[in-house]
Amino acid sequence: MTTSPTVAAIRTEGRLLAREPIALFWIIGFPSILLVLLGLIPSFREESAELGGQSLIQLYVGTLVLLSMIVAAGQAMPEVLIGYRQRRVLRRLQTTPLGPARLILAQAVVYAGAIVAAAVLCLAIGRVAFGAPLPQAPGAYLLTFLLALAAMLSVGAVVTAVAPNPAVGNVLAMAVLFSFMFTAGVWLPVQAMPDTLAQVVGYTPMGAATEALNQATLGEFPDLVHLAVTAGWTVVLSLVAVRTFRWE
Amino acid sequence: MTQTAVVVDGLRKSYGDKVAVDEVSFSVEAGEIFGILGPNGAGKTTTVEAIAGLRVGDTGRIRVHGIDPWTDRDGLTRVLGIQLQEAQLQEKITVREALELWSSFYDTPRPWQELIERVGLGEHRDRRFGKLSGGQQQRLSIALALVGAPQVAVLDELSTGLDPRARREMWDLVRELRDNGTTVLLVTHAMDEAQLLCDRIAIVKDGRVAALDTPDGLIRSATAATVTSFRVDSAIDLVALRELPGVADVRSDAGRVVVEGSEGTSLAVLDRVRDSGITPRDLRVVDGSLDTAYLDLTTEESA
Repeated sequence: MTTSPTVAAIRTEGRLLAREPIALFWIIGFPSILLVLLGLIPSFREESAELGGQSLIQLYVGTLVLLSMIVAAGQAMPEVLIGYRQRRVLRRLQTTPLGPARLILAQAVVYAGAIVAAAVLCLAIGRVAFGAPLPQAPGAYLLTFLLALAAMLSVGAVVTAVAPNPAVGNVLAMAVLFSFMFTAGVWLPVQAMPDTLAQVVGYTPMGAATEALNQATLGEFPDLVHLAVTAGWTVVLSLVAVRTFRWE
Repeated sequence: MTQTAVVVDGLRKSYGDKVAVDEVSFSVEAGEIFGILGPNGAGKTTTVEAIAGLRVGDTGRIRVHGIDPWTDRDGLTRVLGIQLQEAQLQEKITVREALELWSSFYDTPRPWQELIERVGLGEHRDRRFGKLSGGQQQRLSIALALVGAPQVAVLDELSTGLDPRARREMWDLVRELRDNGTTVLLVTHAMDEAQLLCDRIAIVKDGRVAALDTPDGLIRSATAATVTSFRVDSAIDLVALRELPGVADVRSDAGRVVVEGSEGTSLAVLDRVRDSGITPRDLRVVDGSLDTAYLDLTTEESA
């Protein structure tokens, strides 16, 4: 019985994530619970002309899909990887055929899996409990989802790369968490923001992703500018991460 | 026919202004237990990290079974296993999971079920890394270095944190590795360990190889074949003792007067001490050891 090293690493990191109930709660449970709580507010379920005939809760489905990404890729994963570097796990793996890069890949795969689970749960709850439509343009939705995921993973990579120790990493991750929650529309959906603010937020990775997810939900192909903003951030942040990353 | 497993040729590595290793050269035959001994900061770890491809030397050249560790790290990881100082694992990974994961890295791993018993972790196989004692973590780290059945095993501070019984078990394991043809590079500052295990020892001091020989050879070359030591209640003239024929060194060490010298110096020393009206207490006369040779080579001027 032989397993490829990468597959074995993914399996191991998956098991290890399964042993972190608190992280799993924030990644998978919390967005769905928030969706349910917001959905219980009657006014959130009312369709609004100002929102183009959508209800607030419909907009929140996409935002909360992104929230899971922000928590997983922007906070949980960097903390684990900074810990691995601090504990010299990455250095240890440099002396094996696996190498540290494939451990990081395994981490990304595992967190992506958790994020997909959270997204499916949010979409299902939105549909079943609050009648929010499933994505009408599933291909465009998936494309946007993947671009947003790549953007968040690159944000997490930058946090991991520049944090000299777990304490600083924690501070950076918290800063990412709150600012990205805002731009994803957790406090106020981007579509409900005043125009000027919405325009500025639209140039952030999560702001653009929120707009694009909403368009794909309504069955439109997202504006290219939203996709380009999300992809552009990914390219820039990935370069920064690669330039500044330290294995030890 | 012997084959050369590791060649280090003119290795130099500096960090900023500090030269960690300078002109270090040695070669290790296949199936040899080769010790690297030296004070803290002498450059031992830098040397083995360069051999393991974790550091690239400023100048010099290293080959491990013909592989250049600085350019072909992937090839190197298939022939060399290393146990690093202070490297840990994921907090919640179990002993068994770590060994299974590490086994998957190699084409022909050593069966981990046997290895886990060999390092005495059989009953802890489902325990998480973070719940292991320091000595157990150390033993797991050794097992992981060996699970790929490497041709060259590098063990850095093998027995740190191990109790005496576990140390002896690890020593047996190292001898067994050698008997099966594995080359072992042992970084240590435990003299007894080096003397018992190593076929040859390089003593590293200030980033250079100060001596390279068998343990016996190092002891013979030391200035002291015998060491005489005792306590005295009153002041004693150390300079007068040093001038006796055959005496190589006299020092005061942890309340004892220690005299090193050739055979027969003991009697001359004791006569001189008694002549000055002083009675030596707790007298000990022992063979010179690797300690003496090591101190000869690594200590600055004796007091």
